[in-house]
Amino acid sequence: MSAQLAIRGASKRFGGVTANDDISMEVPQGRIVGLIGPNGSGKSTLFNSIVGYHPVDGGSIRFEEREITRMRTAEIARLGLIRTFQQTHVFVQMSCMQNMAIGDAEAGRGLLRLMRPVSAETRERAETLLAFCGLYGKRHLMAGELSFGQRKLLELAMALMLRPRMLLLDEPTAGINPTLIKGVIERLQRANREFGVTLFVIEHNMRVIMTLAEHIHCLAHGRLLASGSPDEVRRDARVLDAYLGAR
Amino acid sequence: MSARRQQLLALGIAAAGIALPFAIPDFRAQIAMLWALVIMAQTWDITGGQTGYNSFGNILFFGVGMYASVVVQRDTGLDYYAALALGMATGAAIAATLAVLLGSMILRMRGHYFAIATLGLGIAAGEIAGGWDYLGAGSGLSPPLFPAPPQTANLFFAYLYFALAALTFAALAALYRTRFGLALNAIRDNEDKAEAMGLRTGLYKITAWTIAAFVLGLTGGAMGNMLGFVDPRDTAFAGATFGVWMVLMAILGGKGTLWGPVLGATVFHITQELLWTHLLGWQRVALGLIIVGIVVFFPQGILGWARTRWPARHEQREQGSGRA
Amino acid sequence: MAANVQLLADAPFLILQLLLDGLMIGAIFAVAAYGMALVWGVMNVINVVQGELVMLGGFITYQLTLWGVSPLWGVPVAALVLFFIGFGLHHAVIRRVADRDMFISLLATFGLSILLQQLMNQIWGGDVRTAESGLGTWFLLDYTVTVSQMKAAACGGAIAIGCALILFLKKSRIGQAIRATAQNPRAARILGIDTNRVFAATYGINAALCGAAGALVVMAYSVHPYIGLPYTVRSFMIVIVAGLGNLPGVIAAGLGLGAAENFAGFILGVQYQVAFVFCLLVVILVIRSSLLQRQRRFLR
Repeated sequence: MSAQLAIRGASKRFGGVTANDDISMEVPQGRIVGLIGPNGSGKSTLFNSIVGYHPVDGGSIRFEEREITRMRTAEIARLGLIRTFQQTHVFVQMSCMQNMAIGDAEAGRGLLRLMRPVSAETRERAETLLAFCGLYGKRHLMAGELSFGQRKLLELAMALMLRPRMLLLDEPTAGINPTLIKGVIERLQRANREFGVTLFVIEHNMRVIMTLAEHIHCLAHGRLLASGSPDEVRRDARVLDAYLGAR
Repeated sequence: MSARRQQLLALGIAAAGIALPFAIPDFRAQIAMLWALVIMAQTWDITGGQTGYNSFGNILFFGVGMYASVVVQRDTGLDYYAALALGMATGAAIAATLAVLLGSMILRMRGHYFAIATLGLGIAAGEIAGGWDYLGAGSGLSPPLFPAPPQTANLFFAYLYFALAALTFAALAALYRTRFGLALNAIRDNEDKAEAMGLRTGLYKITAWTIAAFVLGLTGGAMGNMLGFVDPRDTAFAGATFGVWMVLMAILGGKGTLWGPVLGATVFHITQELLWTHLLGWQRVALGLIIVGIVVFFPQGILGWARTRWPARHEQREQGSGRA
Repeated sequence: MAANVQLLADAPFLILQLLLDGLMIGAIFAVAAYGMALVWGVMNVINVVQGELVMLGGFITYQLTLWGVSPLWGVPVAALVLFFIGFGLHHAVIRRVADRDMFISLLATFGLSILLQQLMNQIWGGDVRTAESGLGTWFLLDYTVTVSQMKAAACGGAIAIGCALILFLKKSRIGQAIRATAQNPRAARILGIDTNRVFAATYGINAALCGAAGALVVMAYSVHPYIGLPYTVRSFMIVIVAGLGNLPGVIAAGLGLGAAENFAGFILGVQYQVAFVFCLLVVILVIRSSLLQRQRRFLR
């Protein structure tokens, strides 16, 4: 079976700085895959290239057999490839329910489909997913009134509302109270299992990524350094060197 | 404010709209102007308050409607009402078309660049009209005379504008309840995120601006006839009066709310009518002062202020109205 | 219109004439634009009242001539008066809106522009005013090209003002503080720079610059309460095209705009010259946004 997301020889330069250099990797359907690497190794750049914020200079990116290398952000999102942000982005002047209702992929995004009041089905789906993320009790609060951790959960719920085929999560546990991290991991695993969403996760917290991911890619200095199961990557001397800075 | 009380308020306003021209017949012209201003503030708020795209140039659509209407009346030779109706429709159609064309170019700009671009469009339109002989150049155009005494004319325009304002309000109230309304708010709060969710932000923004342009085209179309003359810079593309007032009224009432523009326009118009005549030529100086004062000290508007003053009621409304 | 283009082709000296006139007023545009870039860069405020400050400088100079003072005094006097007016405006309005959403400051300065425009209209009336300098005209190339000595002097004055400002920003203490704040306001604050004072000084200096430019405008051209906004828009366009903090760019764009306007006025007819300025504004913004679209930005 071919991979759901296939990156071939992706390169990206900003001025004289090479952020990604000839990176090739795959993310298979239905799995949880991690992307790790020291600061500045090009992880977020790769995510940004995948979702179309800045196209790669060379190489190709395919999602479900479709060439998405030159597509724009919104088009890629409509294919079901959704990304969440390291700094959360929610609509702060709107209630959680409103945040959820906008994105309902089932109700459609076309102009005429939008010109209808929020349907009972949409509301129900939103409530279910908010409950899934532990935010049901806060559904009528303005998103701006939520704590940072709660916003991250809301962003996850909003992403699920879009019926994603694959989620790119940029540090889902960064800045979250350590006691809540376990809950986030469980929810991500459940989302993967119950909704069949492929997860591609950037994470700095090694313990988190080792429990969560079934397969890990490690970047260093913009290149793909190692790939393998969590155990293989953990034992890889090059990965250790990259993190410790030895060469 | 609960849904029920909103309905009562709307009913009360509707009753007033119908009764006022007969209750105080001497003020029919002012009543007509009040409803016209309400429409202007409401339409400005579609992009300005709800979508976060503050336009300084919506007067463009108003002026286009005014010119189109009077030109149709001049050139078709139909009887007064038919020509006026056709003219208003033509003006609205041209205005909407312009909004689609211009919007697809300038609505891609973010925030303040959009504001400045629209400012340029509004003034450029006035300058072009002021040099174009087909439109009477600098001396403007004269609409045909109303086929009845002035009192009847004012009654006609008071009801026409009341109907238009009520329709606009009802349409917007419905629109803001849809997911389209939510998408506009999403663009205002965080456009990048909206795009990352796969929303067709460009299309929604253009649609919102086009709706505003269409209604403003109609409003301008009747205004030339009501005022009795079309001047490129003083009535049609009147950036220094109607153009700024729209923005000011929406902000004064509370931008981004359904009732704010209505309230702002009412307060502004009544204040203006009471005080303006005493100012003798200093009105526009006062206008400048008012703008600066409101923007600096009262940018949240009356409804925004009320919300922070009585936050509990606001929350009740959020839940009570059952809006998702 | 076609006839006018034909005329240009037949008489090359006309091209030279338009070009010279355009470059001379372009120097004044560049001064006002440099002030706008200063305020924009340092305080993150787009100063819509810029053009009215220029007009005010012109009216103050005109007032001096009414009192029998030579308009040449207008340059320093208008600059000084405007400096204090700018300082006052900053204290009353600008400092309250500078750190808010940019639309708020845009609207606030727009309100100020209406306020000043109408005040000038009340004080000096709605007529076009000029201050006679008593200078003559040079005739060049067999009397085919004329150069108003006052326009040439105004152009020279604009260059001198620009040089003085650059020297001031480089050498003086407050100038260095301004440049530091422009680069990084937080770092400047940590280093002990009182950024509020820097903002006030910046706005005052910008107003003084506009005042001096206005004095040149009223001597070489004319002022009117309602033609402030075109000056604002010109400054804005120049800054957009040149970018913030790019002095050679500002000069080049200013001269280019002056020349372009003169040619457009000749070809389209003078009645469309202001329309041209505002249409050009929209065109420039559209071009800018499509260039930005190509090099997409991204979120973290």
